[in-house]
Amino acid sequence: MPPLARASRVRTPRRAPVGGGALAYLFLAPYLILFTFFVVFPAVYGVWVSFHSWDLLLPNKPWVGLDNYRNLLDTSTPAGGDFWQAMKATGIFSVFSVPLLVVLPLAVALILNQKFRGRNFFRAVYFAPYVLGVAVIGVLWTLLLDPNIGVVNFYLEKVGAPQNIAWTTSLPWAWVALVGVTVWWTLGYNAVIYLAGLQDIPGELYEAAKVDGASRWGRFRHVTIPGLRPVLVFVVTITILASANMFGQAWLITGGAPGNETRTAIMLIAQEGLQNFRLGSAAAMSFVLAVFLMVVSLATFFAFRERKG
Amino acid sequence: MATVADEQRPAARSSDGRPPRRAVLTMLGSYLALIALTILFVAPLVYMASTAFKTNQEATRIEPTWVPKEPSTEAFDAILSRSEQTPVFRWFFNSMIAAIGQALIVVATASLAAYALARMEFRGKRVMTAVIISTLFVPPIIFLMPTYVILDKLQWLDSLLAVTIPGAAGALGVFLLRQFFIALPRELEEAAVLDGASPFKIFWRIILPLSKPALATLFLLAFLTNWNDFLLPLFVLFSPESLTLPPGLGLLQGSYTTSYEIIMAGAVVATVPALVLFIIAQRFVIEGVSATGIKG
Repeated sequence: MPPLARASRVRTPRRAPVGGGALAYLFLAPYLILFTFFVVFPAVYGVWVSFHSWDLLLPNKPWVGLDNYRNLLDTSTPAGGDFWQAMKATGIFSVFSVPLLVVLPLAVALILNQKFRGRNFFRAVYFAPYVLGVAVIGVLWTLLLDPNIGVVNFYLEKVGAPQNIAWTTSLPWAWVALVGVTVWWTLGYNAVIYLAGLQDIPGELYEAAKVDGASRWGRFRHVTIPGLRPVLVFVVTITILASANMFGQAWLITGGAPGNETRTAIMLIAQEGLQNFRLGSAAAMSFVLAVFLMVVSLATFFAFRERKG
Repeated sequence: MATVADEQRPAARSSDGRPPRRAVLTMLGSYLALIALTILFVAPLVYMASTAFKTNQEATRIEPTWVPKEPSTEAFDAILSRSEQTPVFRWFFNSMIAAIGQALIVVATASLAAYALARMEFRGKRVMTAVIISTLFVPPIIFLMPTYVILDKLQWLDSLLAVTIPGAAGALGVFLLRQFFIALPRELEEAAVLDGASPFKIFWRIILPLSKPALATLFLLAFLTNWNDFLLPLFVLFSPESLTLPPGLGLLQGSYTTSYEIIMAGAVVATVPALVLFIIAQRFVIEGVSATGIKG
C-alpha cells in the first residue's frame, strides 16, 4: 500500500469494519449451508459409514466397528488383497509420472521464460490439453494407442519398433501409455505455474550473478532453484496428489488391464463402493488412502524445508 | 553439453556489437524445441477432429489420414439419429446447465462469504477461515461415499442437481476471492461507510465492480472444472438422457467400440466449448492457475 494507507492506519489503529456480527453471518450463510451439507457433514458421515457394513441395496446396515479397516490390513481378505494391489498400482504410476511432471514442465518453463516472439502462443498451446478434461483425453488416446489402427503404432513401426504393441493390455506398455498420456495432458499446467514463479524472481539477481561470473548452470543452480523453491514444493505436492488421484485415464484407456495391474486406488474405491455397493468398505479404503496422502505430502513439505537450513 | 563449455568463455565476447553467436544458436534451439513440442501437443487434437469427419471405413484404416479423404458428417448424423441410447446433444445441454449453474453458484456464494471473511469482524472468524481453507488439503476421495449416500437420501441421484450442487461447496473460490478482496484498498469502502451506505450496497456497488476480472477468472475455472468432471457424474447419473458429456463419452466408447469416428464426434462436441472458452479468455484461465500456484 502507498504511504497514505499506512498513515491512516497509524491514526486509527482499529479500523472500523464494514459490517459485523449478525450481518457477517448473513453474507456467509449461503456458502456455509453448502459447506456444511457437502463438506463438513460428509467428512464426518464418511467415518460413520466406514464403521458399518453399508450396502445401499440392503435395509440393514449393521455396525461392524473397525472390521472394514481390519480387512484392509489383512491382505488375505478380498478387500485387503485388492486394496494393496491398487495402492501398488497407484504407487507405480506416481513413481514414474511425478519426476517427469516436475522436471519436464520446468524445462519448458525455462524456455518460455526467455523473451521472444510468440511466447504466449506457445504457452497457450501447451496448456490447451489440460482444458479438455480426462474423458476427452481418455477416448482420444484410446484411438491413438489402438494396437491395430492407432497412429502411435503406425509411426513407431515405421522407425522399426515391434509390431502391434498392446499399449492398453500388456505390461509394461500399459504403464508407459498411462504415464505418457498424463504427462501430455498436464505438462502445460505445471509449466504455467513454474513460469509464474520464474517471472517472480527479480532480474537483478541474475545480473548480479552474471557480474560475479556465474555460468548459465551456476545461475540456474544458485539463483533460479532457490528463487523457485516455494513453487517447486507446491508443484511437487500437487503433482503427487494428482497422481495418487489418478482415475479417468486408467478407467477409459486400460480399464485396469492387464488383470487388475493398472487398477488404481481411486478406481478400486469407486468400484467397491459404487458398483458393488460395499460403501462401508470403500469409505474405509478412502480414509486409509487419505492418511497415506497426507503423510506423503507432509513428508515432501519437510524434505524440501530441511535442505534449506 | 556445448552450452556449458561455451559458458566458460568470458561474456566480453559480445562487445563486438553483434549478438553473440551462442545466443543466436540457443534461440534457434529453443525455437526448434518449441515447434517440436507444438506438433506433439496439437497433432492428437487435429487427429481427433479429422477422425470425427471420416467414414467408418476410413476411420478404421491402418494407414492414418490426417485430412479425411472422403469428408463425411456420417458420425454426427449417427449421433443425432441414434439418439435414444446415446443422446450426445442432450448431454451437451446437460453439461452446459450443470457447468453454468455450478459456476454461478460458486461465484455468488464465494464472493459473499469471501467478503465477510476479508472485511467484516465477527465471532469465530479466524477459526472459520482456517477450517474452510484447510479443507482444500483434504483428499477429495473421502467425500465420495458419504456424498453418494446423501444424494441418494435427497433423491438427487440421476438428476443434474447431483453434479451441480455438491461440487459448488469446494473452498477454492472462497480462498481465491478472499485473497483478492484483502488486497483491495480500503479507502473506497471507508468513504462509502461515511456516506452511510449499507454493507450490502458497498459490496454490490463498489466491491463487485472492482472485482470483475477475479470473478470472471473464478467463473471460468469453475465452469471448466465442472464441464470436465468425470468421476462423480460417472456414478451418480445412470439413464442415457441424464448424463453429462464426460460420462457420456465413456458410454459412447462402450457402445461403439470400433466406430472411432462416432466416439471422436462426441469428443469434438465436448472439446469445442472448452477450447473456445479457453481461446477467448486464455489470459484469465492461465492467470487464475498461476495465482493458485503462487499463493499456494
